[in-house]
Amino acid sequence: MEINRTPDLSVRLGDLSLRNPVIPASGCFGYGYVMTPFYDINCLGAISFKGTTLNPRFGNPLPRVAECEAGIINSVGLQNPGIDAVISDELPRMRAVYSGPIIANISGFSIDEYTECCRRIDGEKQVEIIELNVSCPNVHGGGMSFGTSCESVAEVVRAVKAVAKTPLYVKLSPNVTDIVSIARAAEEAGADGLCLINTLLGMRIDTRTRRPVVANTMGGFSGRAIFPVALRMVWQVCREVSIPVIGCGGVESAADVIEMMMAGASAVEVGTANIINPCACRDIIAELPAKMDELGINSLSDLKIK
Amino acid sequence: MNLQGKYKVIENRALNSRSMLMRLAGDTSVFSAPGQFVNVAVPGLTLRRPISVADYSDGELTLIYDIVGRGTKIMSEAREGFSFDLLTGLGNGFDTDVDSSHPLLLGGGVGCAPLLGLAKRLMEAGKHPAVVLGFNSSDRVIMPEMFRELGFETLVATVDGSVGVRGFVTDAIPLLSSAPDYFYACGPMPMLRALSTGLDIPGEVSLEARMGCGFGACVCCSLETTKGAKRICLEGPVFKKDELIWK
Repeated sequence: MEINRTPDLSVRLGDLSLRNPVIPASGCFGYGYVMTPFYDINCLGAISFKGTTLNPRFGNPLPRVAECEAGIINSVGLQNPGIDAVISDELPRMRAVYSGPIIANISGFSIDEYTECCRRIDGEKQVEIIELNVSCPNVHGGGMSFGTSCESVAEVVRAVKAVAKTPLYVKLSPNVTDIVSIARAAEEAGADGLCLINTLLGMRIDTRTRRPVVANTMGGFSGRAIFPVALRMVWQVCREVSIPVIGCGGVESAADVIEMMMAGASAVEVGTANIINPCACRDIIAELPAKMDELGINSLSDLKIK
Repeated sequence: MNLQGKYKVIENRALNSRSMLMRLAGDTSVFSAPGQFVNVAVPGLTLRRPISVADYSDGELTLIYDIVGRGTKIMSEAREGFSFDLLTGLGNGFDTDVDSSHPLLLGGGVGCAPLLGLAKRLMEAGKHPAVVLGFNSSDRVIMPEMFRELGFETLVATVDGSVGVRGFVTDAIPLLSSAPDYFYACGPMPMLRALSTGLDIPGEVSLEARMGCGFGACVCCSLETTKGAKRICLEGPVFKKDELIWK
Protein backbone atom coordinates (compact mmCIF):
# COMPACT_ATOMS: atom_id res chain seq x y z
CA MET A 1 0.00 0.00 0.00
CA GLU A 2 1.31 3.43 -0.94
CA ILE A 3 1.56 6.02 1.78
CA ASN A 4 1.95 9.79 1.15
CA ARG A 5 1.76 9.14 -2.56
CA THR A 6 2.73 12.17 -4.64
CA PRO A 7 -0.13 12.71 -7.08
CA ASP A 8 0.67 12.68 -10.77
CA LEU A 9 0.49 16.26 -12.06
CA SER A 10 1.78 15.46 -15.53
CA VAL A 11 -0.37 16.09 -18.59
CA ARG A 12 0.04 15.67 -22.32
CA LEU A 13 -0.44 18.09 -25.19
CA GLY A 14 -0.29 15.76 -28.16
CA ASP A 15 3.17 14.20 -28.11
CA LEU A 16 4.45 16.76 -25.62
CA SER A 17 4.53 15.79 -21.96
CA LEU A 18 4.32 18.58 -19.35
CA ARG A 19 5.34 18.10 -15.71
CA ASN A 20 2.09 19.86 -14.74
CA PRO A 21 -0.73 21.69 -16.56
CA VAL A 22 0.16 25.23 -15.42
CA ILE A 23 1.42 27.56 -18.15
CA PRO A 24 1.83 31.34 -17.78
CA ALA A 25 -0.12 32.96 -20.60
CA SER A 26 1.46 35.15 -23.23
CA GLY A 27 1.85 38.81 -22.28
CA CYS A 28 1.68 38.23 -18.53
CA PHE A 29 5.13 36.75 -17.98
CA GLY A 30 7.48 38.52 -20.43
CA TYR A 31 10.09 36.00 -21.55
CA GLY A 32 10.16 34.37 -18.13
CA TYR A 33 13.41 35.80 -16.83
CA VAL A 34 11.72 38.90 -15.33
CA MET A 35 10.00 36.50 -12.92
CA THR A 36 13.15 34.85 -11.57
CA PRO A 37 13.57 37.39 -8.73
CA PHE A 38 10.35 35.89 -7.34
CA TYR A 39 10.79 32.14 -7.89
CA ASP A 40 12.46 29.36 -9.88
CA ILE A 41 10.34 29.19 -13.04
CA ASN A 42 11.48 25.63 -13.82
CA CYS A 43 8.50 24.43 -11.76
CA LEU A 44 6.17 25.46 -14.62
CA GLY A 45 4.54 23.10 -17.10
CA ALA A 46 5.54 25.39 -19.98
CA ILE A 47 5.81 29.13 -20.66
CA SER A 48 4.01 31.04 -23.40
CA PHE A 49 6.18 34.04 -24.20
CA LYS A 50 5.13 37.61 -25.01
CA GLY A 51 3.37 37.86 -28.38
CA THR A 52 5.86 38.44 -31.14
CA THR A 53 5.53 40.01 -34.59
CA LEU A 54 7.90 40.10 -37.56
CA ASN A 55 9.06 43.65 -36.95
CA PRO A 56 9.61 45.49 -33.65
CA ARG A 57 6.50 47.26 -32.34
CA PHE A 58 6.32 49.92 -29.64
CA GLY A 59 2.59 49.36 -29.20
CA ASN A 60 -0.09 51.77 -28.03
CA PRO A 61 0.27 55.08 -26.16
CA LEU A 62 -0.06 55.19 -22.35
CA PRO A 63 -2.12 54.63 -20.28
CA ARG A 64 -2.41 51.02 -21.37
CA VAL A 65 -4.10 49.52 -18.33
CA ALA A 66 -7.37 50.07 -16.46
CA GLU A 67 -8.77 48.73 -13.22
CA CYS A 68 -12.05 46.75 -13.45
CA GLU A 69 -14.12 44.71 -11.03
CA ALA A 70 -12.31 41.37 -10.75
CA GLY A 71 -10.21 42.08 -13.81
CA ILE A 72 -8.20 44.53 -15.84
CA ILE A 73 -8.26 46.04 -19.32
CA ASN A 74 -5.01 46.27 -21.25
CA SER A 75 -4.18 47.92 -24.54
CA VAL A 76 -0.47 47.17 -24.77
CA GLY A 77 -0.80 46.79 -28.54
CA LEU A 78 1.63 43.91 -29.08
CA GLN A 79 4.76 45.72 -28.00
CA ASN A 80 7.69 43.43 -28.80
CA PRO A 81 11.23 43.63 -30.17
CA GLY A 82 10.45 41.63 -33.34
CA ILE A 83 11.04 37.96 -34.09
CA ASP A 84 14.78 38.27 -34.88
CA ALA A 85 15.55 40.03 -31.58
CA VAL A 86 13.40 37.48 -29.75
CA ILE A 87 15.48 34.67 -31.26
CA SER A 88 18.87 36.37 -30.80
CA ASP A 89 18.36 38.12 -27.42
CA GLU A 90 15.25 37.02 -25.55
CA LEU A 91 15.32 33.24 -26.10
CA PRO A 92 18.94 32.89 -24.90
CA ARG A 93 18.11 34.90 -21.76
CA MET A 94 15.04 32.72 -21.26
CA ARG A 95 16.95 29.46 -21.74
CA ALA A 96 19.64 30.61 -19.29
CA VAL A 97 17.11 30.38 -16.45
CA TYR A 98 14.55 27.91 -17.81
CA SER A 99 14.97 24.47 -19.34
CA GLY A 100 11.31 23.49 -19.92
CA PRO A 101 9.01 23.74 -22.93
CA ILE A 102 8.52 27.15 -24.53
CA ILE A 103 5.34 28.14 -26.35
CA ALA A 104 6.09 30.76 -29.01
CA ASN A 105 3.16 33.17 -29.23
CA ILE A 106 3.14 34.65 -32.72
CA SER A 107 1.04 37.52 -34.06
CA GLY A 108 0.69 38.93 -37.53
CA PHE A 109 -1.17 41.50 -39.53
CA SER A 110 -0.98 39.48 -42.76
CA ILE A 111 -0.64 35.84 -43.78
CA ASP A 112 2.92 36.55 -44.92
CA GLU A 113 3.84 37.99 -41.54
CA TYR A 114 2.54 34.93 -39.69
CA THR A 115 4.32 32.50 -41.99
CA GLU A 116 7.62 34.39 -41.92
CA CYS A 117 7.59 34.62 -38.10
CA CYS A 118 6.73 30.94 -37.73
CA ARG A 119 9.35 29.89 -40.29
CA ARG A 120 12.03 31.77 -38.31
CA ILE A 121 11.03 30.41 -34.87
CA ASP A 122 10.49 26.85 -36.16
CA GLY A 123 13.12 24.47 -34.82
CA GLU A 124 14.39 26.82 -32.08
CA LYS A 125 15.56 24.83 -29.07
CA GLN A 126 12.84 24.31 -26.40
CA VAL A 127 10.15 25.85 -28.63
CA GLU A 128 7.72 22.92 -28.51
CA ILE A 129 4.55 24.72 -29.60
CA ILE A 130 3.76 27.69 -31.81
CA GLU A 131 0.69 29.51 -30.51
CA LEU A 132 -0.94 31.71 -33.14
CA ASN A 133 -2.65 34.81 -31.81
CA VAL A 134 -5.38 35.37 -34.40
CA SER A 135 -6.92 38.36 -32.63
CA CYS A 136 -4.92 40.91 -34.66
CA PRO A 137 -6.61 42.81 -37.48
CA ASN A 138 -5.86 41.59 -41.00
CA VAL A 139 -4.50 44.63 -42.86
CA HIS A 140 -5.39 42.98 -46.16
CA GLY A 141 -8.87 42.01 -44.96
CA GLY A 142 -10.39 45.40 -44.17
CA GLY A 143 -8.99 45.38 -40.64
CA MET A 144 -11.20 42.52 -39.43
CA SER A 145 -9.47 40.27 -36.95
CA PHE A 146 -8.21 36.96 -38.42
CA GLY A 147 -9.89 35.15 -35.58
CA THR A 148 -13.40 36.28 -36.43
CA SER A 149 -13.93 34.24 -39.60
CA CYS A 150 -13.61 30.53 -40.27
CA GLU A 151 -12.08 31.21 -43.68
CA SER A 152 -9.29 33.51 -42.47
CA VAL A 153 -8.45 31.24 -39.51
CA ALA A 154 -8.25 28.26 -41.87
CA GLU A 155 -6.15 30.24 -44.33
CA VAL A 156 -3.56 31.30 -41.74
CA VAL A 157 -3.40 27.79 -40.23
CA ARG A 158 -2.82 26.15 -43.63
CA ALA A 159 -0.17 28.73 -44.55
CA VAL A 160 1.75 28.25 -41.29
CA LYS A 161 1.47 24.44 -41.38
CA ALA A 162 3.11 24.55 -44.82
CA VAL A 163 6.25 26.27 -43.49
CA ALA A 164 6.65 25.16 -39.83
CA LYS A 165 6.96 21.66 -38.34
CA THR A 166 6.45 22.72 -34.70
CA PRO A 167 3.00 21.73 -33.37
CA LEU A 168 0.64 24.60 -34.10
CA TYR A 169 -1.96 25.80 -31.59
CA VAL A 170 -4.43 28.56 -32.42
CA LYS A 171 -5.33 30.97 -29.62
CA LEU A 172 -8.98 31.81 -30.22
CA SER A 173 -10.67 35.14 -29.64
CA PRO A 174 -13.91 35.05 -27.63
CA ASN A 175 -15.17 38.10 -29.54
CA VAL A 176 -17.06 36.01 -32.10
CA THR A 177 -20.65 34.82 -32.55
CA ASP A 178 -19.79 31.11 -32.68
CA ILE A 179 -16.44 30.00 -31.28
CA VAL A 180 -17.19 26.34 -32.05
CA SER A 181 -17.27 26.95 -35.81
CA ILE A 182 -13.95 28.84 -35.62
CA ALA A 183 -12.44 26.00 -33.58
CA ARG A 184 -13.63 23.43 -36.10
CA ALA A 185 -12.23 25.47 -38.98
CA ALA A 186 -8.83 25.58 -37.26
CA GLU A 187 -8.88 21.83 -36.64
CA GLU A 188 -9.92 21.02 -40.22
CA ALA A 189 -7.16 23.28 -41.56
CA GLY A 190 -4.59 21.22 -39.67
CA ALA A 191 -4.12 22.90 -36.29
CA ASP A 192 -2.54 20.55 -33.74
CA GLY A 193 -4.33 22.18 -30.82
CA LEU A 194 -6.25 25.19 -29.59
CA CYS A 195 -5.88 27.70 -26.78
CA LEU A 196 -8.89 29.63 -25.55
CA ILE A 197 -9.81 32.25 -24.69
CA ASN A 198 -7.96 35.46 -25.48
CA THR A 199 -9.24 38.68 -23.86
CA LEU A 200 -12.76 40.03 -24.20
CA LEU A 201 -12.98 43.47 -25.80
CA GLY A 202 -13.79 45.99 -23.07
CA MET A 203 -13.74 49.66 -22.13
CA ARG A 204 -13.79 52.02 -19.12
CA ILE A 205 -14.40 55.76 -18.93
CA ASP A 206 -12.90 58.02 -16.26
CA THR A 207 -16.05 59.86 -15.16
CA ARG A 208 -14.04 62.78 -13.80
CA THR A 209 -12.05 63.49 -16.97
CA ARG A 210 -14.82 62.13 -19.26
CA ARG A 211 -12.14 60.31 -21.23
CA PRO A 212 -11.59 56.57 -21.83
CA VAL A 213 -9.16 55.25 -19.19
CA VAL A 214 -6.85 53.58 -21.71
CA ALA A 215 -5.43 55.85 -24.40
CA ASN A 216 -6.48 53.42 -27.12
CA THR A 217 -10.14 53.73 -25.93
CA MET A 218 -10.80 49.96 -25.91
CA GLY A 219 -8.69 47.07 -24.70
CA GLY A 220 -8.68 43.42 -23.75
CA PHE A 221 -10.58 42.54 -20.58
CA SER A 222 -9.03 39.71 -18.57
CA GLY A 223 -8.86 38.36 -15.06
CA ARG A 224 -11.10 36.56 -12.61
CA ALA A 225 -14.33 37.96 -14.08
CA ILE A 226 -13.92 36.12 -17.40
CA PHE A 227 -13.43 32.64 -15.92
CA PRO A 228 -17.06 31.49 -16.42
CA VAL A 229 -17.02 32.73 -20.03
CA ALA A 230 -13.72 30.96 -20.73
CA LEU A 231 -14.90 27.77 -19.06
CA ARG A 232 -18.13 27.76 -21.08
CA MET A 233 -16.23 28.23 -24.36
CA VAL A 234 -13.69 25.51 -23.47
CA TRP A 235 -16.61 23.19 -22.67
CA GLN A 236 -18.39 23.96 -25.96
CA VAL A 237 -15.24 23.58 -28.07
CA CYS A 238 -14.06 20.39 -26.35
CA ARG A 239 -17.37 18.70 -27.25
CA GLU A 240 -16.68 19.34 -30.92
CA VAL A 241 -12.96 18.96 -31.59
CA SER A 242 -10.55 16.08 -31.00
CA ILE A 243 -7.30 18.10 -30.81
CA PRO A 244 -5.96 19.19 -27.39
CA VAL A 245 -7.29 22.43 -25.90
CA ILE A 246 -5.40 24.70 -23.51
CA GLY A 247 -7.93 26.48 -21.29
CA CYS A 248 -7.21 30.13 -20.54
CA GLY A 249 -9.14 32.94 -18.87
CA GLY A 250 -9.43 34.08 -15.27
CA VAL A 251 -7.65 31.08 -13.74
CA GLU A 252 -6.34 31.96 -10.27
CA SER A 253 -6.26 28.75 -8.23
CA ALA A 254 -5.72 24.99 -8.30
CA ALA A 255 -9.49 24.59 -8.09
CA ASP A 256 -9.84 26.69 -11.26
CA VAL A 257 -7.26 24.52 -13.03
CA ILE A 258 -9.18 21.36 -12.15
CA GLU A 259 -12.50 22.94 -13.16
CA MET A 260 -11.04 24.01 -16.51
CA MET A 261 -9.71 20.49 -17.07
CA MET A 262 -13.10 19.01 -16.18
CA ALA A 263 -14.49 21.19 -18.98
CA GLY A 264 -12.08 19.41 -21.29
CA ALA A 265 -8.84 21.38 -21.23
CA SER A 266 -5.62 19.33 -21.44
CA ALA A 267 -3.58 22.12 -19.83
CA VAL A 268 -4.29 25.58 -18.46
CA GLU A 269 -2.81 29.01 -19.06
CA VAL A 270 -2.71 31.55 -16.26
CA GLY A 271 -2.55 35.20 -17.34
CA THR A 272 -3.67 38.19 -15.29
CA ALA A 273 -3.09 36.40 -11.97
CA ASN A 274 0.67 36.74 -12.61
CA ILE A 275 0.33 40.51 -12.92
CA ILE A 276 -1.34 40.76 -9.51
CA ASN A 277 0.61 38.03 -7.75
CA PRO A 278 3.94 37.28 -9.43
CA CYS A 279 4.08 33.91 -7.65
CA ALA A 280 0.58 32.89 -8.82
CA CYS A 281 1.67 29.97 -11.01
CA ARG A 282 4.09 28.61 -8.43
CA ASP A 283 1.37 28.83 -5.77
CA ILE A 284 -1.22 27.11 -8.00
CA ILE A 285 1.18 24.23 -8.70
CA ALA A 286 1.91 23.92 -4.99
CA GLU A 287 -1.84 23.86 -4.20
CA LEU A 288 -2.68 21.20 -6.79
CA PRO A 289 -1.79 18.01 -4.84
CA ALA A 290 -3.91 18.95 -1.82
CA LYS A 291 -6.82 20.05 -4.01
CA MET A 292 -6.59 16.79 -6.00
CA ASP A 293 -6.49 14.81 -2.77
CA GLU A 294 -9.55 16.67 -1.47
CA LEU A 295 -11.45 15.86 -4.68
CA GLY A 296 -10.25 12.26 -4.89
CA ILE A 297 -8.27 12.85 -8.10
CA ASN A 298 -5.21 10.64 -8.71
CA SER A 299 -4.21 11.91 -12.13
CA LEU A 300 -4.93 15.09 -14.05
CA SER A 301 -5.27 13.33 -17.38
CA ASP A 302 -8.81 12.50 -18.40
CA LEU A 303 -10.64 14.73 -15.94
CA LYS A 304 -13.04 15.77 -18.69
CA ILE A 305 -16.65 15.23 -17.64
CA LYS A 306 -19.27 13.83 -19.99
CA MET B 1 15.93 41.79 -6.38
CA ASN B 2 12.21 41.89 -5.73
CA LEU B 3 10.28 40.47 -2.83
CA GLN B 4 6.63 39.85 -2.09
CA GLY B 5 5.59 40.02 1.53
CA LYS B 6 3.29 41.31 4.24
CA TYR B 7 4.03 44.71 5.71
CA LYS B 8 2.30 45.89 8.86
CA VAL B 9 1.12 49.50 9.21
CA ILE B 10 2.77 51.15 12.22
CA GLU B 11 1.65 54.68 11.37
CA ASN B 12 -0.73 56.16 8.78
CA ARG B 13 -1.38 59.87 9.25
CA ALA B 14 -2.46 62.86 7.22
CA LEU B 15 0.16 65.47 6.37
CA ASN B 16 -2.58 67.70 4.94
CA SER B 17 -6.01 67.22 3.35
CA ARG B 18 -4.52 65.30 0.42
CA SER B 19 -1.18 63.78 1.44
CA MET B 20 -0.57 60.87 3.82
CA LEU B 21 2.48 59.37 5.50
CA MET B 22 2.45 55.62 6.09
CA ARG B 23 5.16 53.71 7.96
CA LEU B 24 5.27 49.95 7.46
CA ALA B 25 7.21 47.23 9.26
CA GLY B 26 8.65 44.38 7.21
CA ASP B 27 11.59 43.08 5.25
CA THR B 28 13.42 45.90 3.45
CA SER B 29 16.44 43.80 2.50
CA VAL B 30 15.83 43.95 -1.26
CA PHE B 31 15.93 47.75 -1.51
CA SER B 32 19.15 48.89 -3.11
CA ALA B 33 18.63 52.60 -3.84
CA PRO B 34 16.49 55.61 -2.92
CA GLY B 35 13.78 56.22 -5.51
CA GLN B 36 12.68 52.61 -5.77
CA PHE B 37 9.00 51.85 -5.26
CA VAL B 38 6.57 49.32 -3.87
CA ASN B 39 3.42 47.91 -5.50
CA VAL B 40 0.64 47.76 -2.96
CA ALA B 41 -2.21 45.21 -3.10
CA VAL B 42 -5.30 47.17 -2.05
CA PRO B 43 -8.12 45.11 -0.53
CA GLY B 44 -11.10 44.98 -2.87
CA LEU B 45 -9.24 46.21 -5.96
CA THR B 46 -7.59 44.23 -8.73
CA LEU B 47 -4.49 46.14 -9.75
CA ARG B 48 -1.76 46.92 -7.25
CA ARG B 49 -0.94 50.60 -6.68
CA PRO B 50 2.67 51.66 -7.28
CA ILE B 51 3.88 54.04 -4.55
CA SER B 52 7.36 55.52 -4.30
CA VAL B 53 9.30 54.89 -1.12
CA ALA B 54 10.13 58.09 0.76
CA ASP B 55 12.71 56.34 2.92
CA TYR B 56 13.62 52.91 4.22
CA SER B 57 15.75 51.50 7.00
CA ASP B 58 16.30 48.06 8.44
CA GLY B 59 12.82 46.57 8.89
CA GLU B 60 10.83 49.74 8.15
CA LEU B 61 9.75 51.76 5.15
CA THR B 62 7.98 55.08 4.80
CA LEU B 63 5.52 55.93 2.04
CA ILE B 64 4.27 59.45 1.40
CA TYR B 65 1.30 59.38 -0.97
CA ASP B 66 -1.55 61.53 -2.19
CA ILE B 67 -5.17 60.43 -2.04
CA VAL B 68 -5.94 60.59 -5.77
CA GLY B 69 -8.41 57.74 -6.38
CA ARG B 70 -10.04 54.63 -4.97
CA GLY B 71 -6.81 52.79 -4.24
CA THR B 72 -5.08 55.52 -2.28
CA LYS B 73 -8.37 56.36 -0.51
CA ILE B 74 -8.58 52.79 0.78
CA MET B 75 -4.88 52.93 1.75
CA SER B 76 -5.52 56.16 3.68
CA GLU B 77 -8.15 54.39 5.82
CA ALA B 78 -5.84 51.57 6.95
CA ARG B 79 -5.33 51.45 10.71
CA GLU B 80 -2.21 50.55 12.67
CA GLY B 81 -1.77 46.79 12.69
CA PHE B 82 -3.29 46.22 9.24
CA SER B 83 -1.00 44.29 6.90
CA PHE B 84 -0.61 45.12 3.21
CA ASP B 85 0.75 42.67 0.63
CA LEU B 86 3.61 44.53 -1.05
CA LEU B 87 6.03 43.87 -3.85
CA THR B 88 9.20 45.62 -2.75
CA GLY B 89 12.55 46.61 -4.22
CA LEU B 90 10.95 47.61 -7.54
CA GLY B 91 12.60 49.88 -10.08
CA ASN B 92 16.12 51.18 -10.45
CA GLY B 93 16.12 54.14 -8.05
CA PHE B 94 18.35 57.20 -8.14
CA ASP B 95 22.03 57.00 -9.05
CA THR B 96 23.91 58.32 -6.04
CA ASP B 97 27.34 57.52 -7.49
CA VAL B 98 27.38 60.35 -10.04
CA ASP B 99 30.25 62.84 -9.94
CA SER B 100 28.62 65.71 -8.07
CA SER B 101 29.45 67.61 -4.89
CA HIS B 102 26.44 69.95 -4.84
CA PRO B 103 23.41 68.06 -6.16
CA LEU B 104 20.04 69.76 -6.29
CA LEU B 105 16.90 67.81 -5.40
CA LEU B 106 13.68 69.13 -6.92
CA GLY B 107 10.24 67.85 -6.01
CA GLY B 108 6.79 68.79 -7.27
CA GLY B 109 3.80 67.89 -5.10
CA VAL B 110 3.88 64.29 -3.91
CA GLY B 111 6.96 63.90 -6.14
CA CYS B 112 8.88 65.27 -3.16
CA ALA B 113 8.48 61.89 -1.44
CA PRO B 114 11.45 59.88 -2.82
CA LEU B 115 13.82 62.84 -2.35
CA LEU B 116 13.93 62.29 1.43
CA GLY B 117 15.80 59.00 1.29
CA LEU B 118 17.86 60.32 -1.60
CA ALA B 119 19.00 63.36 0.41
CA LYS B 120 20.07 61.14 3.29
CA ARG B 121 22.05 58.79 1.05
CA LEU B 122 23.77 61.73 -0.68
CA MET B 123 24.68 63.23 2.68
CA GLU B 124 26.12 59.87 3.82
CA ALA B 125 28.20 59.88 0.62
CA GLY B 126 29.73 63.21 1.69
CA LYS B 127 27.77 65.37 -0.72
CA HIS B 128 25.95 68.61 0.02
CA PRO B 129 22.47 68.42 -1.44
CA ALA B 130 20.10 71.38 -1.57
CA VAL B 131 16.35 70.94 -1.87
CA VAL B 132 13.63 72.86 -3.73
CA LEU B 133 10.04 71.78 -3.24
CA GLY B 134 7.17 73.09 -5.37
CA PHE B 135 3.41 73.05 -4.68
CA ASN B 136 0.26 74.68 -5.95
CA SER B 137 -0.53 76.40 -2.65
CA SER B 138 0.34 76.45 1.08
CA ASP B 139 -2.33 73.86 1.95
CA ARG B 140 -0.55 71.32 -0.25
CA VAL B 141 2.95 71.79 1.16
CA ILE B 142 4.59 68.62 2.49
CA MET B 143 7.98 67.70 3.88
CA PRO B 144 10.06 70.92 4.03
CA GLU B 145 10.54 70.45 7.80
CA MET B 146 11.78 66.88 7.22
CA PHE B 147 14.61 68.16 5.01
CA ARG B 148 15.36 71.18 7.24
CA GLU B 149 15.63 68.98 10.36
CA LEU B 150 18.40 67.09 8.58
CA GLY B 151 20.19 70.36 7.91
CA PHE B 152 19.60 70.70 4.16
CA GLU B 153 19.12 74.11 2.58
CA THR B 154 15.42 73.82 1.60
CA LEU B 155 13.41 76.30 -0.46
CA VAL B 156 9.68 76.13 -1.09
CA ALA B 157 7.87 77.53 -4.12
CA THR B 158 4.10 77.83 -4.48
CA VAL B 159 2.27 78.69 -7.67
CA ASP B 160 -0.06 81.09 -5.82
CA GLY B 161 2.72 82.53 -3.66
CA SER B 162 0.91 81.62 -0.43
CA VAL B 163 4.18 80.38 1.04
CA GLY B 164 7.81 80.66 -0.10
CA VAL B 165 8.78 81.82 -3.54
CA ARG B 166 5.88 82.66 -5.87
CA GLY B 167 6.05 80.47 -8.96
CA PHE B 168 7.59 77.15 -9.91
CA VAL B 169 10.67 75.32 -8.60
CA THR B 170 12.62 76.90 -11.48
CA ASP B 171 11.90 80.33 -9.96
CA ALA B 172 13.51 79.27 -6.67
CA ILE B 173 16.74 77.81 -8.09
CA PRO B 174 18.50 81.24 -8.48
CA LEU B 175 17.95 81.87 -4.75
CA LEU B 176 20.10 78.90 -3.66
CA SER B 177 23.28 79.76 -1.78
CA SER B 178 25.50 77.71 -4.09
CA ALA B 179 25.19 76.65 -7.72
CA PRO B 180 24.21 73.01 -8.23
CA ASP B 181 26.30 70.71 -10.43
CA TYR B 182 23.69 67.92 -10.87
CA PHE B 183 19.95 67.59 -10.39
CA TYR B 184 17.52 64.92 -9.27
CA ALA B 185 13.82 65.60 -9.90
CA CYS B 186 10.45 63.99 -9.32
CA GLY B 187 7.13 65.63 -10.06
CA PRO B 188 4.69 66.51 -12.84
CA MET B 189 5.87 66.11 -16.44
CA PRO B 190 5.84 69.89 -17.25
CA MET B 191 8.21 70.43 -14.32
CA LEU B 192 10.51 67.58 -15.39
CA ARG B 193 10.49 68.88 -18.97
CA ALA B 194 11.31 72.45 -17.86
CA LEU B 195 14.22 71.20 -15.74
CA SER B 196 15.60 68.73 -18.28
CA THR B 197 15.48 71.19 -21.16
CA GLY B 198 16.22 74.35 -19.15
CA LEU B 199 19.03 73.48 -16.72
CA ASP B 200 22.46 73.20 -18.31
CA ILE B 201 23.70 70.67 -15.76
CA PRO B 202 23.31 66.90 -16.02
CA GLY B 203 20.51 65.28 -14.09
CA GLU B 204 17.97 62.53 -13.75
CA VAL B 205 14.22 62.42 -13.27
CA SER B 206 11.79 59.94 -11.76
CA LEU B 207 8.64 59.25 -13.77
CA GLU B 208 5.28 57.81 -12.82
CA ALA B 209 2.79 55.79 -14.85
CA ARG B 210 -0.29 53.66 -14.52
CA MET B 211 1.29 50.25 -14.13
CA GLY B 212 0.13 46.69 -14.52
CA CYS B 213 2.59 44.45 -12.74
CA GLY B 214 5.37 46.79 -11.57
CA PHE B 215 8.13 44.25 -12.31
CA GLY B 216 8.51 44.24 -16.09
CA ALA B 217 6.20 41.43 -17.18
CA CYS B 218 3.23 43.19 -18.76
CA VAL B 219 4.87 46.20 -20.51
CA CYS B 220 1.88 48.41 -19.67
CA CYS B 221 4.18 51.32 -18.71
CA SER B 222 6.57 51.47 -21.67
CA LEU B 223 8.26 54.65 -22.75
CA GLU B 224 10.08 55.47 -25.96
CA THR B 225 13.55 56.73 -25.03
CA THR B 226 16.69 57.67 -26.93
CA LYS B 227 17.84 54.11 -26.16
CA GLY B 228 14.68 52.35 -27.36
CA ALA B 229 11.59 51.21 -25.49
CA LYS B 230 12.03 51.12 -21.70
CA ARG B 231 9.65 50.02 -18.97
CA ILE B 232 9.10 52.76 -16.39
CA CYS B 233 8.66 50.05 -13.72
CA LEU B 234 11.82 48.09 -14.46
CA GLU B 235 14.42 50.14 -16.36
CA GLY B 236 13.00 53.22 -14.56
CA PRO B 237 11.34 54.94 -12.84
CA VAL B 238 14.51 57.07 -12.86
CA PHE B 239 15.98 58.09 -16.21
CA LYS B 240 18.93 60.32 -17.06
CA LYS B 241 17.59 63.47 -18.68
CA ASP B 242 19.40 62.64 -21.95
CA GLU B 243 17.60 59.28 -22.18
CA LEU B 244 14.21 60.95 -22.42
CA ILE B 245 12.66 62.42 -25.53
CA TRP B 246 11.32 65.88 -24.68
CA LYS B 247 8.86 66.77 -27.45
